[in-house]
Amino acid sequence: MARAAALLRPGFAWVKAGIFLAALIPFGAIVAAAVSGELGANPVEALIHHFGEWALRLMLVTLAVTPLRRLTGWNQAVRLRRMLGLFAFFYAVLHLATYVVLDRSLLVEELLEDLTERPYIMVGFAAFVMLVPLAATSTNAMIRRIGGRRWRLLHRLAYAAAAAGVVHFWWLVKADVREPFIHAAILAVLLILRLPPVVPFLRSLPARRPRRPAAG
Amino acid sequence: MLIKTSRYGPGRVRPSEITPKGVWLNRRELLKRAGFGAAAFAVPWASWPGLAHAGRKLENLVESGWMLDEDLTSLEDITTYNNFYEFGTGKGDPARYSGGFKPLPWSIRVGGECEKPGVIDYEDLIGSYPVEERVYRLRCVEAWSMVVPWAGVQLSEVLRRFQPTSKAKYAAFETVYRPEEMPGQERGFLDWPYVEGLRIDEAMHPLSLLAVGLYGEELPNQNGAPVRLVVPWKYGYKSIKSIVSITFVEEEPPTTWNQQAPHEYGFYSNVNPERSHPRWSQKRERRVGGSLFASKIPTLKFNGYEEEVASLYAGMDLIKHH
Repeated sequence: MARAAALLRPGFAWVKAGIFLAALIPFGAIVAAAVSGELGANPVEALIHHFGEWALRLMLVTLAVTPLRRLTGWNQAVRLRRMLGLFAFFYAVLHLATYVVLDRSLLVEELLEDLTERPYIMVGFAAFVMLVPLAATSTNAMIRRIGGRRWRLLHRLAYAAAAAGVVHFWWLVKADVREPFIHAAILAVLLILRLPPVVPFLRSLPARRPRRPAAG
Repeated sequence: MLIKTSRYGPGRVRPSEITPKGVWLNRRELLKRAGFGAAAFAVPWASWPGLAHAGRKLENLVESGWMLDEDLTSLEDITTYNNFYEFGTGKGDPARYSGGFKPLPWSIRVGGECEKPGVIDYEDLIGSYPVEERVYRLRCVEAWSMVVPWAGVQLSEVLRRFQPTSKAKYAAFETVYRPEEMPGQERGFLDWPYVEGLRIDEAMHPLSLLAVGLYGEELPNQNGAPVRLVVPWKYGYKSIKSIVSITFVEEEPPTTWNQQAPHEYGFYSNVNPERSHPRWSQKRERRVGGSLFASKIPTLKFNGYEEEVASLYAGMDLIKHH
């Protein structure tokens, strides 16, 4: 009961609500820009890039939750992970939908050509396909049904999905891979922090302070 | 007003469409007071205020037969959506970071396999040859396109002055190298300076243009000031910007994007919807400036200049020689 009470602490609810709203800002901002005609010379491209960038960023943020928790001992952070992951999926859906509907006008022939001839599309699509079962099994009921152990195994797909997303970004850049490189470096750090020899080290760092038990 | 509304058909963009009406009327008033005569209005866009830059108006522009019955891309879009990696790789980077570039004074060194190597400076270039207005399609390899009203000098006229010899099989072009004025050049993602090349018959083709302006004004920095190449039947990266040298050579010269990724960017780089590209389908293109819901339009072979240039490539396998 103490645990449940801790989760319901008003402080954490506010943090979660704040992050929820923050994660919607990129969506609101681009819709506002689209409505007022401020997407620039190539609005479709602007939308696709915007949604894709935020899908990838939020994937990395989601993967940062567990190392952050281990580092700081802020165990409640894990309660943010599902929401952040679902936001990453939300932007990935918008990214794919904008490309399929607005850029390719739903032309099956062109979409198939892209899927069979363009490596960066193949790997990007693979990233999306991997996110689908993760989003579909994100409810408490699904976790129970699958069983915690198998569920955790399945959700390791998130690492592969993020890696495929970074490769997708890297391969579509013509020159100057600085931005994809930054994303790749962040992902590499987040994955290294999960290696069995690294985890105890992370927990021993001074950043981790014992949290006081929740009041009341 | 001496603006003829019929000549350019639907391709003519009304000034009121690109400029707040007040600014436009005010500009006309100013011009009138300054004593500008009919000459200022001889071409539809000669009197248009530059929205995105304060370019000087080009004098003595000559009409040409190269016009298109298509909507012109707006000056704002042409000057804010650019690939000019010398100023950064983002589409907005050239407009944002080219303010420190000083295009004048300028001269182009011409040499190699020719009888009279020498230098031609900017004033000489625009003073010695007719500066024509030509509306061309511009097709980027990234599957977007524009319709641009260039002002420029036919390349063949300029090249003839230097009397290329029979050994001049190609013309090699080079962009200026000024990392202190071009922030992109401070980083090594391309092998600077940017170089391009044409086969000599391509260079001498009447469509090949040395552009010095657009919309009747001097080229803005982000569009390749003060002198750039425009080869409308090839992908945009062939149209090298801010040219400082032209060299006649016997062998096919190296070109920047071909060196970067040979299987993606060939030496010829003719617009070709039939040749599949590893990044972008080339079958259709997005006309810049359209709405969010506008569909792409079909890409034409040689960017619609097939009639004019197809004979240059008679018998060539254009998939192999892409």
